[in-house]
Amino acid sequence: MNKKRPVNLDLSTIKLPITGFASFFHRVSGILLFAGMAFLLWMLDSSLDSQESFAAVRDVSSNPICKFVLFVVLAGLAYHMVMGIRHLIMDFGVGESLKGGQLGAKIAFVIAFVSIALIGVWVW
Amino acid sequence: MVTSVTSFGRSGLYDWLIQRVGAVVMAAYVIFLAVYIALNPDLTYEQWSALFGQLWVRVFSFVTLLSFISHAWIGLWAVLTDYLTERLMGSKATVLRIFAQMVLGGVAITYLVWGIEILWGFK
Repeated sequence: MNKKRPVNLDLSTIKLPITGFASFFHRVSGILLFAGMAFLLWMLDSSLDSQESFAAVRDVSSNPICKFVLFVVLAGLAYHMVMGIRHLIMDFGVGESLKGGQLGAKIAFVIAFVSIALIGVWVW
Repeated sequence: MVTSVTSFGRSGLYDWLIQRVGAVVMAAYVIFLAVYIALNPDLTYEQWSALFGQLWVRVFSFVTLLSFISHAWIGLWAVLTDYLTERLMGSKATVLRIFAQMVLGGVAITYLVWGIEILWGFK
């Protein structure tokens, strides 16, 4: 393989199509979730530790910073899951054409947006 | 380039399958917990600890954690091998990437041990 072949991965010079945005944010949300797992494990740990720490986790919304972190992690999870399900559907050969991919990305963006809005309502 | 040696399964097809099986497990777990929390708006500590007191819930949680770790390793490997390359980072790219992967591995092992402590350590 020719290792000198031209490749452009400089994101600042690329105008991403909608499918590219879907993929880019799928990666970003994945990285976010790897870090966010610490927060989720902390919540599970505290919720199971004792009556008092369970109550503290239940009242996580009384702390604006915790509430915001919880929202960001859950929003990232919702986005990543919706885009992941889109991936699985495409693995079955559905929506693999250019038009199909663009339509699928649009549908997934709408579903992700609605899910994130619902999570926002639930958290606040 | 030293890339495939740091992949999860040393094979693209194997990684592809593991990532998808893990994705389905995690999606099932998220739906399970979301439905449980939605059905129990006045959840108490007794109910919650009884739920996690059941062996199948602990096993489901643990399999989800294993899925998370393998899924994340495969996904982050794809990101790192795309961006921490000699073309973008210069000659130190491989060293940088191996270092990043060691940090990720350390975090992943910490999550694993922490998860076991949570699931099998609470009273």
